[in-house]
Formats: sequence, structure tokens, C-alpha cells
Amino acid sequence: MNNKNHVGIEKIKTGIEGFDILSKGGIPRNRTTLISGTPGSGKTIFSTEFLAKGILKSNQTGVFVTFEELPKNIKKNVRSFGWPIDKWEYNKKWAFIDGSPRNDKNVIYGGDFNLNGLIARIKAKIKEIRASRVVIDSLDTMMKRFPSEEVVRRDLLKLKRELEKLDVTTIITSERYEEFGNISRYDLEEFVSDNVLILRNVLNDETRRRTIEILKFRGTDHNKGQYSYTIRKDKGIVIISFIHDLKSSYYSSERSNSGIMELDHMLGGGFLSGSVILVSGSTGTGKTLIGISFIIGGLKESEKCLLISFEENYKSILNKTKYWNYGLDKYEDSGQLEILNIYPEIEGIEDHIVDIKEKIDTFKPNRIVIDSISALERICDVRSFRESLINLFIYIRTKNIIGLFTSTSPTFMGLTTITQRHISTITDTIILLRYIELYGEVKRGISVIKMRDSNHSKKIREFVITEKGLKIKEPFNNVSGVLKGDIIKGGK
Amino acid sequence: MKEYKFKLFITGNDYRSENTIRNLKRLCDIELKITYELKIIDLLENPQIAEEEKILATPLLIREFPEPRRRYIGDLSNIKASLLCTESIKNTHRE
Repeated sequence: MNNKNHVGIEKIKTGIEGFDILSKGGIPRNRTTLISGTPGSGKTIFSTEFLAKGILKSNQTGVFVTFEELPKNIKKNVRSFGWPIDKWEYNKKWAFIDGSPRNDKNVIYGGDFNLNGLIARIKAKIKEIRASRVVIDSLDTMMKRFPSEEVVRRDLLKLKRELEKLDVTTIITSERYEEFGNISRYDLEEFVSDNVLILRNVLNDETRRRTIEILKFRGTDHNKGQYSYTIRKDKGIVIISFIHDLKSSYYSSERSNSGIMELDHMLGGGFLSGSVILVSGSTGTGKTLIGISFIIGGLKESEKCLLISFEENYKSILNKTKYWNYGLDKYEDSGQLEILNIYPEIEGIEDHIVDIKEKIDTFKPNRIVIDSISALERICDVRSFRESLINLFIYIRTKNIIGLFTSTSPTFMGLTTITQRHISTITDTIILLRYIELYGEVKRGISVIKMRDSNHSKKIREFVITEKGLKIKEPFNNVSGVLKGDIIKGGK
Repeated sequence: MKEYKFKLFITGNDYRSENTIRNLKRLCDIELKITYELKIIDLLENPQIAEEEKILATPLLIREFPEPRRRYIGDLSNIKASLLCTESIKNTHRE
């Protein structure tokens, strides 16, 4: 459960999805970690989940000290994630220290005071329920409650030392008013905590992106930079960190058909299991049909297939296949095939990725097609797009399924788009579809431009869409400049 | 029957607790000349009382009688004696 690293700082797993990978094992044990963020950035959710996952995954009890929200409001939030807070409280797995403002006008300050009453309460509660985790929410409301900042600073340090003696791991939340700049309003981070996390909710190009960053973990290693995350009503925070344990990835030399015989030849025998394929082409070049052929190829081998369409509607997909005399509906009825039609705009890309992963977990497909990822690019910035897709690609590899993704290139003939530049390095195979103008006619060309760990044909072939599916014909010989879209007859 | 009834919450027998008791006695016996009942509770020995009373800052003096119930935070070194017995408090500070 606890990971020791080379400098001997032990960490405890938070249980928050993605965080323990990003932080290389969790947050430093028996220390205080400050979580800073703007209002609505997810600080309270992160800290309540820290306690909830402690109970659910590590059998560790927790104390929640609140200075702002009433315990009953916090409980309402916790319940909305499906966590049985009332049962936990009853069984002494979770306890509140209520420091929320009293509606009591009859208070007078007269002379020196300290926060020993609070410290005594926290210590007693930790001992009573044998807590391993403590949350203090928040530093700012605590500072505002008392007429002397100096006293609060002094006693916070005292509290921190007392907590360390009790072997508990603590999270303190702190508000900031700008996404970038001072870590917290009271500049307390230096002296309260050696460990600082920052949550952000940045508006960029009219899309919001939630990120988490580990600013520092003194004396212990962690990943740097901002990572996207999303908040899910059923599971809490999900961080899209793409650093996974590579050993768990599954590499195989097993081949699967592409659904098109000639394409299998071009690929040197078919797609590799656990590989990610990008099919790129401008509109109308036949990307969706390549995807459907791939699905049909799987269905014929009795494999389970999942088709997620972000662009074409369900009906038009079925119409296409009827035209080819494949009845996809009968496979859908038998449960071997599932087709999902999703509007990209309904949620952020991080949520789409989590949805797809959940679907993979429940449906357990052998093949998955996503048509197209360009539709997802519309709803986020470049970085979220790349991170989210890498995260999904790695997931597909670890599940040993084959994923085929289509991508629309804006030019009819040219080669790269931003999409492809950003994700081509992480795909195993790239198939290019292009319009080729030859002898006064527009033809379609197909080529395999990358195939990891395998030989493949480098030729560009003509392909046609017929009533029986896609047909790949002879290579374009005697011409060059096809990739550039600038055909020269006679070739090299 | 005493005129006043106080509860004083302290955390351990340190100099601050002693100061608070001394200040309270000075205010009541010398300045106000009132009769009162005083109950002293050490929260380090009874933390559950701190929980019930939702105490954060100490020392804390609570005037239980006469009504309204009133809370005084600090060692009472810097307080007007009259505030201990007054009914309405204007210059209050949030706890």
C-alpha cells in the first residue's frame, strides 16, 4: 500500500483515479499537503474524495475539519457521488469537526487567545476514530474567522506538528484568486506545507479545462506540468494522466484482418493486436467505410465490435451497410455489435474519454472504431486533445484490443494536419486516403505510411467503393508526387 | 443564589489559564463587586466538551446566567468590566 522511494519519503495512495500515477505513489505520508485553487476548481471535491477513497480502498478512516460549509452540506455533496457518508459517520470511519461560523452575535474578544480548543478537538477525534487522513477546509476561512492572523499562523504550525506526531496525512485547502500567480492569498504555503498541489479551471478558446499540477513534493519525485481532469458524478475526480506502467501494455504479434483482403496484404498480414490505427483523409475519401469494413471483418470472426460515431448519424451508417448487403442490425440485436452516436459538444473531451473507457470495460469489445477524432478536436484545445487521446490509446493497448480512429484532413490533397502531427507519433499504423487527380479524373488512393514492428507495402494503390465494399486495385505506377497532391506523370 | 454564573474553558494549567482566572477574579471581585459561580473546565481532559460547545479559540468564558448566554474569548486582559454584565453588546467581533 505504501510506496517508499529512494529518498525514503513514504507516500500513501489517494485512490483518486490517475493521481497516484501522476504523483508516483500518492501524497507524502504523515505530512501536510496544500491544495490551492480558485473558487470552483474542485478543492473540496478532491479533499472529500481523499477521505472517501481512504475508506473504500485503503480501509483508512478520516476526519474532515470544516470552517466554512456546514457538515450537512458537505454530506449532501458526498452523497451525490454515491458514497455512503451516513453509514461511514455512524461506523466511525468518517468524522466531522464543525468549525463553521456560528450564528452567534454574542461573542467578545478580550485579550490573548490561542486555538488550543480546536487542536484538542482534532486530536481527540483522530484518536477516537483512529484516523489516518485529515482534511482541513479551508485555510482562508480559518484565517478570516479570527481577529488575529498572527495567532492563526502560529497555531497552524503547532497543529501541523501535532498532526505529524499522530501519524496522519493531511490535506489543507486554500483559495486563490488568479489561476496563475501567488499560490495562496496568505502566502502560507511556504511555511505550512512542503507539498503543494494546484487545481485550475482555465478558460481557453471558449472551452474550460480543469487541470491539476503538483507544484512541489519536497524530497520526492513526481510528474511535472498540468494534467487535465474531470469530475464525474459517479466516481469523483478522474485525472487524464497518460503516464501508465508500460509493463502492463500488451504487445502481440498476432494479426487480425482489416476486413479488406488487399489491405491485409499491404499491411503485411493484417493489423497487430493491441494496436492503434489512424485512418486519415479528406471528406468523402472513404474513412468511415474503412472503419465499417474493419467492423464487419471482426463480426465475421465472431469478435465483439464497438463503433462510436461523432459525426455521421446512426441511420446513415446503417444505410451505408445495407447498400453493401451487410445487416449490421442483426449483429446489434445479438449484442455482438454496439453502435453509439454521440454529439461531441455535449461534454468535454475528458468526459468523452472516460465514457469510452467505461464502455470498453462493460462491453469488452475486440475492436473499436471512433469516427472521427477530428470532431473531438473542435471542442478542446490542442493539449487536452493530445493528452486525452494518448490516454485512450494507451488504455486500448493495455486491453489488447484494436482501435481504429478516423481523422479528417482539411485539404483534399496535402499531407498533414494539426491532428495528425499531434497524434501520429503515438499511433502504430497510419493509413492515408487521398484524392488523386490523374488523366483528368479524380481517383482515390490508399497507402500505409507507417506500421510499427512490421513490414508493409509502401505503394500507393487505387481504391474504389463498390456495392460489395471497398476494392483496392493496382498501385499507381509511373506517377509521383501523389502524397504532395502534385502529380507528375512518368514518375522518378 | 449567586448573581452570575460563568463557565471557563481552558487548555491545561499554563500561564495563560492562570492569567485568565486572575483577570476574571479582578473584574468580578474588585471592579464589579458581584457574586458569581465559576466552573473551570480543562478541555485537554474533556475534549468532548470542546466538541459539544464547538470551541475553537481558548480561553473561553461563557456567561450562562443571566441570559442571554454570552461568549468571551481571550485571557480577559483587554476587556471592559462592564461588558461582562451588559445585556446588549454593540462592538462584537465574529468568532
